[in-house]
Amino acid sequence: MNAQTKAGQAPIIRLQDVHKYYGDYHALRGISAEIGQGEFFSLLGPSGCGKTTLLRAIAGFEDISSGAILLSGQNMEGVPPNKRPTNMVFQSYAIFPHLSVAENVGFGLRKSGLDRAAKARAVGEALEMVGLSGFRSRAAHALSGGQRQRVALARALILKPKVLLLDEPLSALDKKMREIMQVELIKLQREVGITFILVTHDQEEALVMSDRIAVMFEGEIAQLDEPERLYRRPNSKRVAEFIGVMNFLEASAQQTGEKITLEVAGLGKAEITPEQCPAGAVSGACSVGLRPETLSILFEGEQSKARLAEGVVDEVVYYGDMTYYDIRLDGASAPVRISMRNVISRPVLEVGARAQVTWDPRAMVLFN
Amino acid sequence: MKLSGLRIYAIVYLVFLYAPIILLPLFAFNDGTIIAFPLQGFTTRWFTDLAATEALIEATGNSLFIAVTVAILATCLGLFAARAGARYTFPAKSGILGFIMLPLVLPEIIVAVSLLVVMLQAGLSTGLWSIIAGHVLICTPFAVAILQGSFANMDRSLEEAAIDLGETPISTFRLVTLPLVTPGIIASLLICFTISLDEFIIAFFLSGNEPTLPVYLWGQLRFPARLPIVMALGTILVALSVILLILAEYVRKRGLKRAGLKDTGGFV
Repeated sequence: MNAQTKAGQAPIIRLQDVHKYYGDYHALRGISAEIGQGEFFSLLGPSGCGKTTLLRAIAGFEDISSGAILLSGQNMEGVPPNKRPTNMVFQSYAIFPHLSVAENVGFGLRKSGLDRAAKARAVGEALEMVGLSGFRSRAAHALSGGQRQRVALARALILKPKVLLLDEPLSALDKKMREIMQVELIKLQREVGITFILVTHDQEEALVMSDRIAVMFEGEIAQLDEPERLYRRPNSKRVAEFIGVMNFLEASAQQTGEKITLEVAGLGKAEITPEQCPAGAVSGACSVGLRPETLSILFEGEQSKARLAEGVVDEVVYYGDMTYYDIRLDGASAPVRISMRNVISRPVLEVGARAQVTWDPRAMVLFN
Repeated sequence: MKLSGLRIYAIVYLVFLYAPIILLPLFAFNDGTIIAFPLQGFTTRWFTDLAATEALIEATGNSLFIAVTVAILATCLGLFAARAGARYTFPAKSGILGFIMLPLVLPEIIVAVSLLVVMLQAGLSTGLWSIIAGHVLICTPFAVAILQGSFANMDRSLEEAAIDLGETPISTFRLVTLPLVTPGIIASLLICFTISLDEFIIAFFLSGNEPTLPVYLWGQLRFPARLPIVMALGTILVALSVILLILAEYVRKRGLKRAGLKDTGGFV
């Protein structure tokens, strides 16, 4: 597990063996992690995995049963949410409907001791930061989803918190708007340099936005890694399946020194390194994971130096820019999914056609 | 427009329901002491007689005092109960809330008699305060029902957001909760006021020698010559009740619109 924060960053949040019980229900089961200053950190998992509970515990809305949450080295036990250097963007945005945009954004400045002019200036700057300069006196309920999101961001960031907590902030937006806001959030985070902690169930969103991602299942962190490592070297089948698509092929493994020799059903012999076994050394019966884009179909007239296997097309799913093929390799029990970019020279194969598949042992991940 | 059976039924039903009420103003302005057709001519005499009856003005004063006090007390109690019901879970919650709502289905005569018995056993004198106690009991369920709607309409993360932005729970209640449930509070005040103003049974049992308006009115029915004055009084009461109900609904709807919420029901 990659528990180190990004290089050169002092941890701003330290989670030490955090447990949370709701009656008999064990919602958080020993969460330990360090989150660096200025890091974009994501808590990713299916609903009910405890990610929102953890976020709310950091904000102070939930007491933890045992363990400790340290913010800049200070134990947050017993510190109420209004005294914590964190601010939150709620899933529903929680824009105050009886106030204008400017009053919403300036809400947190009430106790700041700034005079009227300074407050107005701060509100103006915050609105400019999220691209809502012309919306000062607009009634809050007259805003679109994306605009509400921006008001919620400006309102939270105006207090210059040490950590900004985002609870599924994009889930209420449509797909186009979500993609726009993803990019804007990344830019904003780089600009302000504040630590962002994002809760999401959308693996794509987490991969796009985060410096590091903690994948959570049933109240535990299953894997904490940078997006690329998480995708390429998931440490369990469950993480592999939760993030993107992973093909699993039956295999048997034998380790000799620094080399692991595999006999993979449908593909044949392969040699991999221990680095490709993120779950630890494996021997005997095991399964090999391959992402759909690491496999490739060799079309007529194309040549490849990569290793080849053969199979029958089982299913074709056409996506416009991509085509997904399910191919049953000779000697394998289940079909593998292969994603191919659609280019002019490539026809779309039909179900039942025979296909040659190229593969690379370096893309393999070994699981128990 | 086709007159189908259902449409005729609806019209007959409405006439049956509201025609008697129309008789009130009709005879209140009728120049004759006998309540019968044909009408005798137009007069406002009964209204001036009304204003000159001291006992009546006193009864009106009693009723207004009771109604205002009851509206405020019942709405405050309703506010606490509705907030607790909407935000917290506690042991026996549904039982406790059900207990608060019970007077809604309890026959008023039972409430009145039992309150009277308790008052007499405890050696307390009946009067304005005992009526207020009885009215608060029957008005609080209405206040709770109205305010529960207001809290249910309100996103609970709004309060959390205010606390997250540095406010204390008390300033959050003042800055966020209260403004958002204000329409509900006003509606509750008006409805409790109306219920208390024309409540008869409890007031009749507990009024002692301080009659409320409905109780005084009932007393006057024994004197046929006073009947037109009673009609005049009834007219004013009906008009007042209708105006208050319309006002309550208007305020509630405006509040919903301002908060950008959907209308999920109401009284009118």
